[in-house]
Amino acid sequence: MNVSRKFLIGVPYVWLLILFLIPFLIVFKIALSDYAVSIPPYAPTLDLANGWQGILDLLSGLDFENFAFLLDDDLYWKAYLSSVQIAATATLLTLLVGFPIAYGMVNAPDEWRPSLMMLVILPFWTSFLIRVYAWIGILSNEGLLNSFLLWLGVISEPLIILNTNIAVYIGIVYTYLPFMILPIYASLEKLDASLLEAAQDLGCTRIGAFWAVTVHLAKPGIIAGCFLVFIPALGEVVIPSLLGGSRTLMIGKVLWEEFFSNRDWTVASAVAIILLLILVIPIVLFQRNEQKQREAGQ
Amino acid sequence: MRKLTWFNTVSLTLGFAFLYIPIVILVIYSFNKSKLVTVWGGFSPKWYGELLQNQAFLDAAKVTLQVGVVSSTLATVLGTMAAFVIVRGGRFYGRTLFSGMIYAPLVMPEVITGLSLLLLFIAIGMDRGVMTIVLAHATFSMCYVSVVVSSRLVSFDQSLEEAAQDLGCTPWDAFKSVTLPIIAPAVFSGWLLAFTLSLDDLVIASFTSGPASTTLPIKIFSSVRLGVSPEINALSTIMIALVTVGVVTASIVSKRAIAQQKRDEQMAEQ
Repeated sequence: MNVSRKFLIGVPYVWLLILFLIPFLIVFKIALSDYAVSIPPYAPTLDLANGWQGILDLLSGLDFENFAFLLDDDLYWKAYLSSVQIAATATLLTLLVGFPIAYGMVNAPDEWRPSLMMLVILPFWTSFLIRVYAWIGILSNEGLLNSFLLWLGVISEPLIILNTNIAVYIGIVYTYLPFMILPIYASLEKLDASLLEAAQDLGCTRIGAFWAVTVHLAKPGIIAGCFLVFIPALGEVVIPSLLGGSRTLMIGKVLWEEFFSNRDWTVASAVAIILLLILVIPIVLFQRNEQKQREAGQ
Repeated sequence: MRKLTWFNTVSLTLGFAFLYIPIVILVIYSFNKSKLVTVWGGFSPKWYGELLQNQAFLDAAKVTLQVGVVSSTLATVLGTMAAFVIVRGGRFYGRTLFSGMIYAPLVMPEVITGLSLLLLFIAIGMDRGVMTIVLAHATFSMCYVSVVVSSRLVSFDQSLEEAAQDLGCTPWDAFKSVTLPIIAPAVFSGWLLAFTLSLDDLVIASFTSGPASTTLPIKIFSSVRLGVSPEINALSTIMIALVTVGVVTASIVSKRAIAQQKRDEQMAEQ
């Protein structure tokens, strides 16, 4: 192996080892440590001055107490379950909103498409925080949506939307919509209108043809889009903090509060490890789906 | 032939209205004279003036830009190297671990990335500040850069580089005069992506920043928690305007570059 190749591989490799893998191992180690009133607030700490004995002392001080604590306290159970439920519901809603838009884009005249594409991508480049913030002014009790509905006379009292799970759903659908539209659009782009006609000639109703041809073609895009929304939504912090209420339980927010408010790093680390274990399932399924698509494409 | 049905028209109209109305409202209300964000008190640019007087916001903006430029440049160098390793690295010891470490940060929740980096910085006794945010941002954006650049590298015809070497170029010259110009658009979009990711990041920056290094998103988040404020609307409008101009310009430039490249290729074939 020549020097330049070693350098090319070595630099990013060492960088990722130090700033990705080792930090991760530290989280794991702290999750097994005990909370202590000290700096840093956990025990045991690694004491290399004692050589091997120091490492052995460290290992003997580690246990699964924090995980047992998480299993005992139903706050954490509920937070994990409700994160999964919120992320799944929001993903389904994003699909319901995103599919018709992607389908409309596919049927739009060719000369519109680059502009429509740009309009879908543009919000993605705009600050995530600002896009979430924009909804506070719309959804609050004296907000624009309520003022508008009161003015129309549809409602007589303001609807309470902000600081509920409904606001969290709206926030997730709004911010992750491009992740759903783009893969569905990409898989529908190959849609040939003559296939729909053929299906109808063969006796399908229009809706039957739509189901058999369009939805079937869009399936890989739908699956990819759902994962691309579900995975980040599960660990979401900003949306539940700004739009959700005190009763909105999402695990990212719990971890954040455990760390910044309670300062219990050992529990925060254990929460992080379990969140990751939950995420492994959708990530592996997503990888498999991508792999299958690649093989089918070849 | 494809044509828009009434259903398509309605869903496109409603869909784009949903995507853009909140942003339009935000922009309109940034020019509201009234302090109350829900009452229209007449047109006034006064919140922009107040914003420019607000030292805390200006400082935060400066930190954010510093972090953005340095971290995205670092991420571009590291990410491009990583892309070469993945596409052309061949076999080497620990290759699976390497590609795992490249892809894992893409799906890792930000809270976990932030927490783990903070614990590392504390473990090695590194003071938190601009430097730690730069390291954190460079690490997660390099993975995005490497994905963007490697997708270009895969479709790149390596025989061009070999031809340059046959004609007497050193490997480095061949890289500079053949490979780099071809992957340059991808490297540039990688940089742009890394830069926006850095400007946008709240969660990782919150974990890795120190008391003297507040970034704009951290500042916005702490004031937004207290409710809507017209100053934040003004700030958001400025950021939205910058991004819109940037993205539209970048897309026009890249479209021209692609057209130019096509013309060059046709010329070369003749």
